[in-house]
Parts: sequence; C-alpha cells; structure tokens
Amino acid sequence: MPTPGRWLGRWLVWTLVALVLVSLFAGIVVGPMRIPVHSAFASLFAAQSDSVSAVHRVIVRQIRLPRVLLGLLVGSALAVSGVAMQGLFRNPLASPYVLGIASGASAGAALAILFASGSALLLPLGAFVGAAAAVLIVYGLARGPNRRTSIFTLILAGVAVGALFSAVTSFLIFLSSGGERLSDVLFWIMGGLGRANWTAVTVLAPIAAVGIGAVLVSARDLNALSLGEEGAFHVGVNPDVLCRWLLGVTTLLTASAVAMAGTIGFVGLVIPHVMRLLVGPDHRRLIPVSALAGGCFLVWADVAARTVFAPAELPVGVITAFLGAPFFLYLLKTRGASF
Amino acid sequence: MGIGIEHVSFAYDAETPALKNVDLAVTGGEAVALAGPNGSGKSTLLRIISGVLRPQAGTVRLDDDPIGTLSPRRIARRLAMVEQERPMGFDFTVREVVAMGRIPHRGRFARESQEDRRAIARALEIADVRRLADRSIRAVSGGERQRVYLGMALAQEPDVLLLDEPTTHLDLRHQVQFMTIVRQRALGGMTVAIAIHDLTLAAQAADRIALMSDGRIVVTGSPSDVLTAPNVRRVFGVDAVVGEHPQLGTTYVLPALPDRNARADAA
Repeated sequence: MPTPGRWLGRWLVWTLVALVLVSLFAGIVVGPMRIPVHSAFASLFAAQSDSVSAVHRVIVRQIRLPRVLLGLLVGSALAVSGVAMQGLFRNPLASPYVLGIASGASAGAALAILFASGSALLLPLGAFVGAAAAVLIVYGLARGPNRRTSIFTLILAGVAVGALFSAVTSFLIFLSSGGERLSDVLFWIMGGLGRANWTAVTVLAPIAAVGIGAVLVSARDLNALSLGEEGAFHVGVNPDVLCRWLLGVTTLLTASAVAMAGTIGFVGLVIPHVMRLLVGPDHRRLIPVSALAGGCFLVWADVAARTVFAPAELPVGVITAFLGAPFFLYLLKTRGASF
Repeated sequence: MGIGIEHVSFAYDAETPALKNVDLAVTGGEAVALAGPNGSGKSTLLRIISGVLRPQAGTVRLDDDPIGTLSPRRIARRLAMVEQERPMGFDFTVREVVAMGRIPHRGRFARESQEDRRAIARALEIADVRRLADRSIRAVSGGERQRVYLGMALAQEPDVLLLDEPTTHLDLRHQVQFMTIVRQRALGGMTVAIAIHDLTLAAQAADRIALMSDGRIVVTGSPSDVLTAPNVRRVFGVDAVVGEHPQLGTTYVLPALPDRNARADAA
C-alpha cells in the first residue's frame, strides 16, 4: 500500500503558512467585542490616527495580538515537542507530557498560586521549575550504569514521577481548603491563554524559535532512530547523545509553553499524528508542518474558548480535549492497524 | 578491509561473561560465519565489532584503526550491520528506509546527491526490493523486510558487512535469496561476518567458519575442517551426519534425532 499524500508536503507547508496568517487575524477580529476587519487592519498597521477608535486599538494591540501570538507559540512548541517525544520513544502514543512535565508544572504552579498569591512572575517560574524538576528526576532515575539511558525506564519513571507530583498538587489543594485560589489552580491546570501579554510573548518567542530549530536540526537523526537505538548507531547516529539533546530541548520547549499557558492537553499528541498521516513519518517534513498546524490549532481552539460561552471564557484545554480526544479515537478506530 | 579482534572480553554484568578472551582475524574480502549454540556469544561478538558495545578488555580494529577511536559516523561509512529483527515504529517506505543507509555519507541538511541516488538505486536493485520501493516497510513480508534492511546496509557502501542471524525467521526461499545476495557481495570483495544457525548454509556461503561455545571461539577454519561430527557433538551436544555433498561439493550437516530408533522399537 503506497502511503497516500506524501506529495502534499510542500503544498501543505504553504497552505499552513497562509492558514496561520488567517488564523492570527481571525483571532484578533473575533471575541467578546467584535472588531470590524478594517478597524483591526488599521489598528495593526496604521500609525496612530483618528480613523480608528482608541478602544479598538488597545484591544487589538495590547490584548488580542499578544494572545494570538502566544497561542501560536504555545501550540507550535507543544506540537514539535510531541513529534520529538514520539520519535524518541518510537511510539505514536507519546506526548510532551510523557516524562511528568505536566504534573511537575502543575505542582509548581499550585505552590506559586497558593503560597505566593500567584504573582505574575512567580507563577510561570514555579511552573517551569516544577516541570524541569520532574524531568530531571525522571532522567536521573532512568540513567543506568555506564551512562546509558533506557528509553523504557524513562517512560516508567515518567509515569511514577508524574503520579508523585500529582499527589503533591492534590495535597496542596487539600491544604488550601477551598477559596478563590483553589479555582485559580484548577483553572491553570486546565490550561488557557488568559494570562497572555507582551512579556509572555517576548519571553517565549526566542525559546520557541531556538527549541523548534533545535529539534529540526535533529530531524534526520530522528529518522535514523526509528530503526531502533542500535539501528541508529549503525548508520552513524549516536542514540545516547541524541536522547540527551532531545530531552533537554523538549523539556525547555514544553516547560516554557506550559509555564505561560498551563497544561494544555492533546495538541502535542494529536497534531503530530494527523500530520504524520498527511506527510508521512519523515521528520524533515513532519516537524515544520506540525509546528505550523499546532500553532493554528491552538489559535482556533482559543477563539472557540473565548466565544462559545462568551463573555465567560472556557479553559482552552477543555476545547483541545473536546476536539482532540474524539478525533484521536476516530483515527484509532479507522487507522488502528497502522498506528 | 580487514577486522582484527585481539583478546576481547566482555560481560553484560559482572557475573555472566559473554566473551572470554576472543581472538579472530578476518582478512579483507573474506566471508566468515560465526556458528554456535544460543548464548555462545555470536551476537555479542558482532555487536562489539560494530562498535555498539565496548569490550571491557582487548581491542577491535578496522584495518589499523581501533574501533574505539572512531565516531559512529566514521564507523558507519565503512561498516554496516543487518540485525536479526528490527523494530519499525513508523510507516517509512522501503525506499526511505534504504535511503537511510546514506545518512553517514551526507551532511545533516544536504539533499540527496547524484551519488546518493545512484547508491540507493543500486542497493534497491541488488537487494531485489526495487518493486517494493513505494510500499510501507511495515506492509512487506518478513523475508522482504530483511532484504530491505540488507539493501539499506548496501546503500552505506560498506567495506565490512555484519549480519546477525539475518535468515533465522525466513522461509527457505527467502533464506536462499538472502544468502545468495550476501555470497555475491562477498565474492565482489566485501568483508562479511555472519552469525548463522544453519551450518549447511554457512558451509556454502562462508570461506571460513568460527565455531563458538560459551563465549570462546573453539575452532576456526575452512567449513570442511571445522564441520565434523566430533566438533558438532562437542559444541552443540548433538549427533549429526556430516559429509561432503556429492552435487554441491560443500559440507552438509544433518542433525539426527536421538530417540528415532527407540520410538520405532516401542511402536
């Protein structure tokens, strides 16, 4: 059976680039206050003038634009981390959270919210430190004698450490004995782009760019790794070096994304999958299209999150799971054999 | 390109040594078969030659270079390996898999060069998998898959080809196809070391057989010298009828079931 649609690769990249631009713009126009297209354009590109209402200008420039950009960055970072993790574990069911990052970040965020009143600086910092701590513990546990890391042990250690950190979060929630901060914690865990601002964007943008670039550099090595660790060695790729490099890069990518937007699920699992069905498993194509598609997907999910129950805002993680889980199950049923 | 193995010892863990002071020299263009019971150290020896495992004592040289001093990439330009089985997590096409053999020859971001394409086409041809090129590696039969991996190894254009029980799971026709290709490569000047269970097939394909037992090479020499009833008895603990086949002109080994007559008597 020839794998369908590989020729899609190049077209898909350009289609996705166009789609990203459209999505960003749609994300700016749509919201509790609908902003007319011409007004949005003027707010974005025109110099200060009387033709645009000051309110529109502030909403577009200070609220919506950083929010859609953050959505793009977080979605791309999660999707690319997902590709890297699935490639590293040679398992399409792996996700960026497989090493306990989500649980670690949640525990760190809960700590920051409950005991440091969720200050704008401490919250992402707490989440990042929690995420990094979880991965470091997992990696430390999985690292056997003679400096080799067993990928199998990594997964098991990830499950266990994730459970441990979840227990920490639950315990912190128990200690907090309810209240507003509790709902803050829960809302954070569900994930959302509500905290978006220019600081978040300017911090995440370079990290995402470097991180995605770093995964892209390993594209060919990830292909080789699909031959198994020894198989990769036999075509000249050192699997231990690759493993360390990718763990470091994806931890940085995922932890930074999660620190800004909470533990948004399913983007890192479903997007790489769908893209693999469209362009095949070659990571040199898979990584760029996943980055674009992941960004697009999260921007639209956030548009839905803002509008479905407007003026109330759904956590975007609810949307991604609502869309992602059934779609994933559909794939599992229809393409089960080729997973 | 020759392989020199000197005083190599290796243990996966302290209590169970897998190789004990092994010496073996394979000259360039020679085909050597490693035979012996399960757990005798054949696979371990191949993995040590390939550089995947580092011996705790002794050295392995590719020509004059100790393999420990070569990067994986430099090893992969000179040496290729076909394993008994290989996991494949993703739906790469046969051509894409064979093309992975060019990885050690190509820059990280370089596109396929004319030379790459030529090597891939040639490997697809020799391994007889060209008609499968657009199929998924996971959609071809076990016998075809082994030839795909052989094709990938050949696309590396190696001087040394290592094969770890490559035909163990294959039916007779695929065994013969596979070994024919390997034999032709050996005749074409490639240095070949193959771990193999089928002694009769080994005798036809190899210039020399090294019989292994319990982490040591017990005896090495031409197939007719090594494959004798006493040697088979000593290494495998099995009675066998051994002889030179009148038509093939090579040594054959026919294992004999010990209770054949006993059962006939009982019946």
